[in-house]
Amino acid sequence: MRINCPHCGARDAQEFTYLGAADPQRPDGLAATEAAMTDYVYMRDNPAGPHRELWYHGAGCHSWLIVTRDTRTHAIALVEPAKTRKAGAAA
Amino acid sequence: MRYSVFSLLAQALQGHKGWTPAWRDPAPKPEYDVIIIGGGGHGLATAHYLASRHDITNVAVLEKGYLGSGNVGRNTTIIRSNYLLPGNTPFYELSMKLWEGLEEDLNYNAMVSQRGVINLYHSDAQRDAFARRGNAMRLAGVDAELLGREQIRAMLPYLDHDNARFPIHGGLLQRRGGSARHDAVAWGYARAADSRGVDMIQNCEVTGITVAGGRAVGVETSRGPIRAKKIAMAVAGNSSRVAAMVGLRLPIESHVLQAFVSEGLKPVIDTVVTFGAGHFYISQSDKGGLVFGGDIDGYNSYAQRGNLPVIEDVMESAMALWPGLGRVRMLRHWGGVMDMSMDGSPIIDFTPIDGLYLNSGWCYGGFKATPASGFCFAHLIATGQPHPVATAYRLDRFATGRLIDEKGAGAQPNLH
Amino acid sequence: MSGQSFRLASGGLIDRTRALAFRFDGKSYEGHAGDTLASALLANGVRLVGRSFKYHRPRGILSAGPEEPNALVELRTGARREPNTRATVVELFDGLEAASQNRWPSLAFDLLSLNGLVSPALVAGFYYKTFMWPAAFWEKLYEPLIRRAAGLGRAAGAEDPDHYEKAFAFCDLLVVGGGPAGLAAALAAGRSGTRVILCDEDFRLGGRLLAEKREIDGKPAAEWLAATLAELESIPEVRIMPRTTVFGLYDHGIYGAVERVGDHLPEPAPYQPRQRGWRIHARRAILAAGALERPIVFPGNDTPGVMLAGAARAYVNRYGVLPGREAVLFTAGDDGWATAHAITAAGGKVAAIVDTRKDADPARKALAEQLGARLFAGGVIAHARGGRQLDGVTIRDASGATTALACDLLAVSNGWNPTLHLTSHQNGKPAWDETLQCFVPGTLPAGLTVAGSAAGRFTLAQALDDGARLGREAAVDAGLIPAGAGPVPATDPETTALTPVWRVKGAKGKAFVDYQNDVTDKDVELAAREGFRPVEHLKRYTTLGMATDQGKTSNLGGLAIMAEQTGRTIPQTGTTTFRPPYTPVAIGALAGHHRGKDFRPTRLAPTHDWSREQGAVFIEAGQWLRAQYYPKPGENDWLTTVNREVLAVRAGVGICDVSTLGKIDIQGTDAAEFLERVYINGWKALPVGKARYGLMLREDGFVMDDGTTSRLGERHFLMTTTTANAGKVMQHLEFCHQVLWPDLDIQMVSVSEQWAQVAVAGPKARETLRGVVDSTHDISNEAFPYLAARAITVGGGIPARLFRISFSGELAYELAVPADYGDAMMRALTRAGEPFGITPYGTEALGVMRIEKGHVAGNELNGQTTARDLGLGKMMSTKKDFIGRLMVGRQALIEKDRPSFVGFRPIDSAQRLRAGAHFIGIGKAAVMENDEGYMTSVAYSPHLKHWMGLGLIRNGAGRIGERVRAYDPVRNGDVVVEICSPVFVDPEGTHLHG
Repeated sequence: MRINCPHCGARDAQEFTYLGAADPQRPDGLAATEAAMTDYVYMRDNPAGPHRELWYHGAGCHSWLIVTRDTRTHAIALVEPAKTRKAGAAA
Repeated sequence: MRYSVFSLLAQALQGHKGWTPAWRDPAPKPEYDVIIIGGGGHGLATAHYLASRHDITNVAVLEKGYLGSGNVGRNTTIIRSNYLLPGNTPFYELSMKLWEGLEEDLNYNAMVSQRGVINLYHSDAQRDAFARRGNAMRLAGVDAELLGREQIRAMLPYLDHDNARFPIHGGLLQRRGGSARHDAVAWGYARAADSRGVDMIQNCEVTGITVAGGRAVGVETSRGPIRAKKIAMAVAGNSSRVAAMVGLRLPIESHVLQAFVSEGLKPVIDTVVTFGAGHFYISQSDKGGLVFGGDIDGYNSYAQRGNLPVIEDVMESAMALWPGLGRVRMLRHWGGVMDMSMDGSPIIDFTPIDGLYLNSGWCYGGFKATPASGFCFAHLIATGQPHPVATAYRLDRFATGRLIDEKGAGAQPNLH
Repeated sequence: MSGQSFRLASGGLIDRTRALAFRFDGKSYEGHAGDTLASALLANGVRLVGRSFKYHRPRGILSAGPEEPNALVELRTGARREPNTRATVVELFDGLEAASQNRWPSLAFDLLSLNGLVSPALVAGFYYKTFMWPAAFWEKLYEPLIRRAAGLGRAAGAEDPDHYEKAFAFCDLLVVGGGPAGLAAALAAGRSGTRVILCDEDFRLGGRLLAEKREIDGKPAAEWLAATLAELESIPEVRIMPRTTVFGLYDHGIYGAVERVGDHLPEPAPYQPRQRGWRIHARRAILAAGALERPIVFPGNDTPGVMLAGAARAYVNRYGVLPGREAVLFTAGDDGWATAHAITAAGGKVAAIVDTRKDADPARKALAEQLGARLFAGGVIAHARGGRQLDGVTIRDASGATTALACDLLAVSNGWNPTLHLTSHQNGKPAWDETLQCFVPGTLPAGLTVAGSAAGRFTLAQALDDGARLGREAAVDAGLIPAGAGPVPATDPETTALTPVWRVKGAKGKAFVDYQNDVTDKDVELAAREGFRPVEHLKRYTTLGMATDQGKTSNLGGLAIMAEQTGRTIPQTGTTTFRPPYTPVAIGALAGHHRGKDFRPTRLAPTHDWSREQGAVFIEAGQWLRAQYYPKPGENDWLTTVNREVLAVRAGVGICDVSTLGKIDIQGTDAAEFLERVYINGWKALPVGKARYGLMLREDGFVMDDGTTSRLGERHFLMTTTTANAGKVMQHLEFCHQVLWPDLDIQMVSVSEQWAQVAVAGPKARETLRGVVDSTHDISNEAFPYLAARAITVGGGIPARLFRISFSGELAYELAVPADYGDAMMRALTRAGEPFGITPYGTEALGVMRIEKGHVAGNELNGQTTARDLGLGKMMSTKKDFIGRLMVGRQALIEKDRPSFVGFRPIDSAQRLRAGAHFIGIGKAAVMENDEGYMTSVAYSPHLKHWMGLGLIRNGAGRIGERVRAYDPVRNGDVVVEICSPVFVDPEGTHLHG
């Protein structure tokens, strides 16, 4: 696969490390519940189709990226830096 | 028709005209006592044990493609019970015992071959970790031997023992481990279940699960609706997709695992060997092909195919372990879609919906688990109680913290 | 030396002035430059080349290309032996040695051909039905017999002496196949300035043009070929790669290819690899791989001397070899007739042309007469006779009458299958073309188009037209203006009429669908009878298409017979899809140079050379090599050395490289806040100039890593991580910052490799350091107390950092200098410590001292333990949120009975402890239910003079003083131990503050 890093250009996927689904939002703060955290840590939509997912460009710019990729075909529709995501905007 | 050397010779005399289909090709009935979604190894084994151990025969196995089209026909055929944690070891040992009696149980030769499985270690720390595992196995009544450098050298003379990077220090051996002919496992279970009246419905894709009053009562399929008293999901690789039909989210990601086979060779390796300085395992099939594999590709996928980085990584490990393989050619590679669970261990449990049962999350371990998975799932469906060796495989363990994390990799499926 | 009695006097693309000597099964022969092993064997009249897989039937040469199922040999000898090598693609070189395989004792007399006698029982899947009784006989008797009889060639068994390389390329257009379509495509794109890579598996470009007598623009095609190649070679942006097989298509336009750099030589040239594995990133690709000819299933169709008609033509036209003197043609279409032409033109005789089409086209009749051949219109070959070599055929004509004819060559023509393999590598299913009676490419992967025969457009004119058109399209796609579209060259006329025949029915004898795996038409019928009707069941049950040729000549035939058996059409029955690789690929080529020492990179500490000079024994720690211990002359076992090192540190001073620890520099106004969130303990109150031990969890509540982090400034922290987790922690911190809390004002960078770091430990540590730290810095106990951490200078102004931290429990420091000064630092410290007997120590002594002090390390931080399990639960702040906070509170993780961290000592102090032993209650049975935990780490303490252990045991902290068994059956160990505090030496910590 090739991932078009917004900072480095198109690079072989071997330069990146995969983490998983990008949409679950960490329940921050002391008020967060164990149930919500369990859901965040363990439960996944795991769709067959477009999937927003986190990749880390460890052999490049060290950016965390949100890649929208179809899990049936591996076709990539969009690559965005995770850092620009505003809290709560996703999902 | 019973299979034996006598029936084979008798048929040979009449040009094999008298063999009958290994299983019928029935049309689906309007209702069954149990519907099993998924005609892979686990689904077929479940059907066999429901019929043979619990006398529940009004059962249909619904398969969207052909029987055995999932991971049962896409793996590296290894069987073993060399697990560390008490949640796993007795389960896989039950599986091993069922493997040992499989031919007689099914009247089908699935070529279960207990050639031994050796996990190599390359450091003192790895040796101690393997000792911990070997000791856990022995405590659970499983055979395990910790071998030193020279013993491994004598058993596997062709390996690069003095590898300049990660020399081989020894290995953990389970002699009862080995391999089996994967397709034959599916066919043997299908034929045995069919002979007891279970319907194998191929080309029948489940498109919906009907829930009434909090209870699963039937399925919608590409061949029409079918009612059922109990519905059992055995669709590893696609568990999340099927669970989503009733709005369930699972602690599972689907990942692609590639496997490889070489051209046929005269016998060169007797046992199953796993490399400890990379994720790599290899054995030789009865046909002569070297069967080998490595890590999952590491990204969510339903595509049943992978990419070059992992392919090259596997070949690098092959050459590091066994530099005589350089001129051996890789004949085919393929990918299977794995249910990678969040702690690396499977789930055999009820679901929050009455009458709907879940068998999923098999990660790398699905093939070797086939008999016990079917056995324990059938037990759960038939008795309403988890089988004693599968009590840890609960869906709520992620909430309670009773995880079964053999590798200690945490809630990241691609590290298990 | 036998003569080349079947070599033509002239013609072909071989160099008759260059004789090449070679040996097959020990016998010497001669061929010519430009030959393949197959063509050279045929030139020498060798027909019997191999034995089949199951029945060990004699087999010859069926094809002239990569689809060859029969002519497999062991090429070369010794460590270079390559089993299962297709003689049809081996480029002949001087001194080549090959041997037949899968036969015993010899090719001509193979005892296992007796399998043929019992073959009625050896039908598809017979092994699933028998060998079940008695159960113990399977591994002991049946299976070894099967394994010995199965398999094909023998692997070399010795380390491959040749080298391999990996290479990467990028292009606008990858052209796969250098036949007319591919060349036309490369030319059209290349003329427009497109960056083109043209790969062909053959050693000579031209594809079918090399095997045919065709005309382009009124001249022999060879002239067009020469001119085209010359022009392509003159275009700088065009790279031509012969001997290069594009074997697979992967995601996003990445193609895997193998270049055979040295396979046509006796040995690779000096400093050259044998093969090079390529990853080619192509914006666009054109598949112009041509087509593969199809055989017909009839009894005896595997007899040596039965050959594909197109292959027979290739041997005549390209290699100047007559594949038989007395030929019969069995054809289902017009294409086969060209073979009759070629054989006649080369001086051979065509005794008969058996054309399955009933209509007696007058033109064909006339042509047959002209060729001197009897025409059997509507006839079939009922049987091919001969054991080790074809000696005749039985023809059944349209009326059903049979005629026996003698012949030594039967050329079979049944149309062609597009070589569409790459189009199905991304799960694309080929589509059945009813008119063409073959599968053609279906849905195409992004970026790939198909030209010429590979697209089912079989004529030369179509190939040239497709190539030129798609080549220009690729130029446009690359943003270029395509060169003018000149007229597509004209070709001589050709017809491709075809009525394929999949098998001849009603005849007796074995008729093979899959030659190599010995799958007959009866096996396919049996599969149908037993319900193995889906195409995948057919393949898996009968092994059809699973041999080294991957079904190139057999898949469609099998499908057609299954269709016939089940009353369905071919497309209803299934499709023939192909998994990569297109042809088998050497494992070495995909591994490149990553083997032996180069399997993985080796990382060396900046102090490595110094350690080596000190006689260190090194140990692999992940990718690092670390000094394990430093034996002195006379020390014969590692324990003696390690004991000496430990005692020296505790009595005087020692130095140990710790450069491999991860070091992360974190700066910003929110740096302290960030640490609060990633560590379980507090950081805001840490004063500048102080270090603190920190523990971080994964979000699931289990311990991830630990280390000391120092506050170098109000907004500046330096974190250290364990060696093993340096990369993982960096990635995790970046995740926490970029994904979870992008609003925090922090920046971080890994400085692991920028700093060399050394632990200076022991009562004389301060005095030693005094000798290297610049005198302007006060490092007295008062000015630089325990946990002080500050920037200083050493050696006269060299920037450095000094941390008063201790893993050994002694007065200890870690001194860091820029990596380039690491070596000098070690030498300076050695000099400064000389009066105190300074002793280098390695990871073993480090480990002993940390166990003596009860510090946790990798064995305890194994991803399965919580802070509470390790006795560090009190560190968890309740006043703030941090990663892992909620999950660590889950019910099962706070149970009192969870195994927790304690020390263990043997009751009999002479007994050795071992990590990995499990704890069982005294008097309890050694069963899983009584398993209470396990020993994580052990070491011999030279102070206590006995072994000591750390471990996890149920409710450990509540059981100090209790005795249990440390049970280690895999090493025959069973030692009674007492549960104790994990701190074995100096529990009050007085040394630390000295």
